[in-house]
Amino acid sequence: MRLARLWWWIVFVLGALYFFLPLIGTFEFSLRARRGVYSFDAYERVLADPQFQATFAYSAVMALLTIVLGIIVVTPTAFWVRLRLPGLRPYIEFITLLPLVIPPIVIVFGYIRLYNTSSILPLTGSAFGTNVLLMCGYAILALPYMYRSVDTGLRTIDVRTLTEAAQSLGAGWFTIIGKLIIPNVLGSVVSGAFMTFAIVIGEYVFAALLNRPAFGPYMVWTGGNKAYEPAALAVIAFVITWACMGLIQLGTRLSRHARVRS
Amino acid sequence: MSFLELSHIEKSFGTVKVVKDFNLSIEKGEFISLLGPSGCGKTTVLRMLAGFETPTSGIVRLDGADVTHQRANQRRIGMVFQSYALFPNLTVAQNIGFGLKVAGVPKAEAAARVTEMLSLIGLPELGGRYPFQLSGGQQQRVALARALAPRPKVLLLDEPLSALDAKIRVSLRTEIRRIQRELGITTVFVTHDQEEALSISDRVVVMNGGIAEQVGVPATVYNRPTTRFVATFVGTLNIFEARVDDAAQGRVTLAGLSVTLPEPVTVPAGQTIGLAVRPEGVALGAAPGRDIVLPAEIEDVHFLGSVVRLRARAGDALLSIDTFNQSGFVPPMPGTSTQVSLSSRDLIVLGA
Repeated sequence: MRLARLWWWIVFVLGALYFFLPLIGTFEFSLRARRGVYSFDAYERVLADPQFQATFAYSAVMALLTIVLGIIVVTPTAFWVRLRLPGLRPYIEFITLLPLVIPPIVIVFGYIRLYNTSSILPLTGSAFGTNVLLMCGYAILALPYMYRSVDTGLRTIDVRTLTEAAQSLGAGWFTIIGKLIIPNVLGSVVSGAFMTFAIVIGEYVFAALLNRPAFGPYMVWTGGNKAYEPAALAVIAFVITWACMGLIQLGTRLSRHARVRS
Repeated sequence: MSFLELSHIEKSFGTVKVVKDFNLSIEKGEFISLLGPSGCGKTTVLRMLAGFETPTSGIVRLDGADVTHQRANQRRIGMVFQSYALFPNLTVAQNIGFGLKVAGVPKAEAAARVTEMLSLIGLPELGGRYPFQLSGGQQQRVALARALAPRPKVLLLDEPLSALDAKIRVSLRTEIRRIQRELGITTVFVTHDQEEALSISDRVVVMNGGIAEQVGVPATVYNRPTTRFVATFVGTLNIFEARVDDAAQGRVTLAGLSVTLPEPVTVPAGQTIGLAVRPEGVALGAAPGRDIVLPAEIEDVHFLGSVVRLRARAGDALLSIDTFNQSGFVPPMPGTSTQVSLSSRDLIVLGA
């Protein structure tokens, strides 16, 4: 028994070291911008860099738009599949998993071929069109996470009976989805939303190949041209991701009825 | 023309026909129960009334208008579900006010209606609570108030008491009937519990295999079942096989005795028919006014509180006999030889 416990601790410590040492190393290195002393100079330079601000703002806005698009597309789809087309669920699940098995570079090349300036829908012909294309691409990348989050949320409520109860009270589809379904799966929608945010903020391939000024390409560019700033950026990216995970936890307690329950 | 009418309703799911040529006319303010075993099609009929299912053929008429293909949210039919189906993200008051909000009722008017509904169901202080903070019985009352708040034309109740414990079931069913009478609302109640259906309905529709086997007031359905299924499904029955001697005179031979039934039978002489009698129609020992007396042996005694149910074998038939537990009544011991008696007037001729 005691030996098993010892092994448990050894495995735990080794795992923790494997995970935390590179992080600690990166953080320590990011503080060495000033010779001889630890300082936050690298962070100050990164945060003051107008390019950082512009690319981060661009990616943040894109992430928010992607979240909105994801909610608009995924929630009614998952709701409808649960309500009326349960036989289609395995196929929908398979489709939502495709972005995990098809490399982003394949998807983006497909986009460029399909929506180039000589196509019927020349989205890449303008900055706005390319932004739209990028947002759609991000929505596809986030699909596996968004769909599973929302579907898991829907599993916890009796979708069919609640829908019928609302219908018998005179409610139409918009009221049912907006006032009943989304508020009841809000925690799951928020989880999906923050997953989407984390994916979009760090995404490189789509943004680079569509030539958009996003945060991912900026991080790569900085990595190739500066010494301490990339380490600071890596730490910042980690903080953002962890903040998102914390917010997912918070999100599950967002709705008042859930808060009362806990 | 009746207030609510279902004519020649049929419903198939794939190749399975679950409702067959169903006809029912309901008057305004009537309380109708659809009673039957699981899978008899009663819930499907209710769902077609609500607009959640569309009949394969037939017409649903409400207040003179054909609503067969009208959407559920346009029918003004309130529904209470077995699983309560309260909206978890809304408070009790918001749940009750949901239909009013959807209908665009002004806020002050809606708030007054919610208060009225809360006092109608006897929960005036619980408006601010969430559904999960209520007991099952309270949740179902709220569901009832929510269905009634927008003043629907018809109220549908889909086994609303099935998920509740026995005591709450009885009190809530009395309350449902009180509220229904108070508001005079036309109500259709689905249940598989015969006691529930018989105790609160104006009329009962006994369903089996997708058809309405009998429609009638509770006493008629219980005392004069028209089919063998209704006779056996509603209440407990003692069944005898008898040989027909004279069909026109209603004369039969039962356990070696010649018995004249209160009405002629349709089965030709020489053939056997099924005759049934309720447990309360059989008495222990010979009694005045009971023309059929049979020797019997007591097999079992069940004490049910106000009633003692005896099981006795009389020839080939195993009989259930219900006797009131009056003071001084000493139930016979199993194995005792005795006599049982019944009146030919109480015999029910079983049809197909």
